[in-house]
Amino acid sequence: MTTQTETHSQIAVEVAGLKVSALQDGSGPNIVVLHHSTGSPGWIPFYDQLAANHTVTVLDMPGYGQSERPGWARHPRDIAILLHSAIHKMGIDTDAHLLGLGFGGWVAAELASMHLHGLDSLILVGAAGVQPEEGEIADVIFYEFEEYVKLGFSSDEAYAEVFGDEAAPELKELWDFSREMTARLTWKPWMFNRQLPHLISEVETPTLLLWGENDRVVPLGVAEVYDASLPNSTLQVVEGAGHLVELENPQAAADAVTSFIAGL
Amino acid sequence: MFVGYFTERPYQDFESGWVGATGREIEDLGMTNGDYNPRIGAELYNRYLDEKVYAEEMGFDGLMLNEHHSTPFCMGGVMNVEAAILARITKRAKIVLLGNVLPIWEDPLWLAEELAEIDMISRGRLVTGWVRGTGRESVAHNSQAPFNWERFQEAHDFVVKAWSTPGPFRWEGEHYQYRYVNPWARPYQEPHPQIWIPGVMSRNTVKWCAEHRYPYVMLATEIEPTKKSFEYYDEVARENGYEASTEHHGYLFKVHVDETEELAEEAGRKYISGPANPFLEGNQGTVRSNLQNLPGLTSRTQLLPTVSTFAAAARGRQSDRDAALAEKDAETDKVDADAFGTYEEQVNKYSIITGTPKTVIPKIRHVLEELRPGNIFFWDGDGAMNHEDAMRSLKLFGEEVIPAVREMGKELDLKGAFEVDTQTGAPMSGD
Repeated sequence: MTTQTETHSQIAVEVAGLKVSALQDGSGPNIVVLHHSTGSPGWIPFYDQLAANHTVTVLDMPGYGQSERPGWARHPRDIAILLHSAIHKMGIDTDAHLLGLGFGGWVAAELASMHLHGLDSLILVGAAGVQPEEGEIADVIFYEFEEYVKLGFSSDEAYAEVFGDEAAPELKELWDFSREMTARLTWKPWMFNRQLPHLISEVETPTLLLWGENDRVVPLGVAEVYDASLPNSTLQVVEGAGHLVELENPQAAADAVTSFIAGL
Repeated sequence: MFVGYFTERPYQDFESGWVGATGREIEDLGMTNGDYNPRIGAELYNRYLDEKVYAEEMGFDGLMLNEHHSTPFCMGGVMNVEAAILARITKRAKIVLLGNVLPIWEDPLWLAEELAEIDMISRGRLVTGWVRGTGRESVAHNSQAPFNWERFQEAHDFVVKAWSTPGPFRWEGEHYQYRYVNPWARPYQEPHPQIWIPGVMSRNTVKWCAEHRYPYVMLATEIEPTKKSFEYYDEVARENGYEASTEHHGYLFKVHVDETEELAEEAGRKYISGPANPFLEGNQGTVRSNLQNLPGLTSRTQLLPTVSTFAAAARGRQSDRDAALAEKDAETDKVDADAFGTYEEQVNKYSIITGTPKTVIPKIRHVLEELRPGNIFFWDGDGAMNHEDAMRSLKLFGEEVIPAVREMGKELDLKGAFEVDTQTGAPMSGD
């Protein structure tokens, strides 16, 4: 993904002896973004839309991208705890909206379960983290890593519109590299935490559950479990989109997020 | 020279369409066991055991078994059960397990106990061997791929300690934890059975193996990359203060002997038909490269030259990354991956050796001269070969080939791991 503007800056803090890096742009209330299991592809148009009225900080979660690997980490909750410190040190933990994409949505939900004082809302986009009553979260081990990313779109054509017929080598490298870190954090069970529905049941933070209608990676049933577990959640489905809503339909995704925030 | 016998024990269902080019797709982890017939399984397990017993009668030093999971090309998912039976029904040959897939064991203490029992029942004939698995094993038993290598090493250290250190002791490791290690079964051999490590691909493993002075057995790899792997072993050995020799080098290769050249060719062609190991060159079947390339299973800088003849040569899609790695790592060993397919080509480059004793013996000699392994295994009775094919070959191995190979071993000074102690370099008595 090519950078849309060159105005965003790179920031970094040290947490538990490790560098945690992020891209940041815009001004206004904070939106803190946690990326998918495949890593952060850089500054995407969705972030520009959000940055019009917010300070958007896109973290590389520890072990991904420019953030150093905690070799000892074994669970997304470990990452959530590190990020708890990181966003505090970055000064973006007040007047803040936490937005998690896919696997990053799981980490965001773990983080929200720690009752962050400055968290104004939680936005989970196609978030993993809980077991659906029916169906299963797609299993990465049965896909080539590029095929797995394709599965994130509603169709191969939608993938090609974003990444071209064949993704750039550095993106493939990112996806391959990132899935290794993800596999260090979730394996058994794959992509969910049986404790999480109980842990988030006391989270009063207003939550938007934003899902692509044709999500082939994290089925809508996951959103339904989140919706049933969280006391203050709203489910919104983006028509026609796949798992990677923010890439496939950035306008609709950004509109949903900004109007949710505006309505708080 | 140590001479062993091996077959991968394929699941052969001649009605299924999987045997021979009858058009039924053989895809790696893509076949349902709804098609598995336990009656056929029963016949095959007994047949393969019978053939092992006959192999011992025919003079083989070792009976090699291997282990794969959820796949028809190898019925040895619970190889230790077969080994335990062989421990009781054979008398002299070593039972060589190449190998148990260490990282997928959630409870390696149980493995230590099983192997100790096998060693006792066989009165000290176990050669134990351990592998990391090919990816499908991690999938089948859901073992976390990024920790495969760490688990291999820790399970190894744990089993060796459980065998050689009087208990009870406590083990609080990164991947394995025990509050009370005191197995009421200890290996017959002191301090424990020899450990041989089979492999094809991981540079890490060769290095680790040489550091431990364990024999490294290359599995049906081509001659040039096999040489390079042995050279790498020797290099690591020198860095660790010893000179590796023939006893540290093992080689498994396909050899079938038959009564006539015609019969030999007919049977030899069966190596590459049927549900034979789809990883290996020329075989039918589609490898799903994502299963070989599980996240974090193999670190990207740690591939041996043989990757070009192994995964890259297999049919089916190949990820760009694998292809690029193969190209990079094999640059000094340019091999045309497309040239693997046919039987004739495999015969031409010694990947399959088949014929009457008269034609087979010089070819074996060529391989031994090139590679100088002290421990060899003949791989036979595989693919679509039936019991009769296997038995004809075993008989001729015993009558003509093994005696000739033993002479070559002496002449070429190829000492095996039961003639020279791989740990000390000292000659061994007995055995």
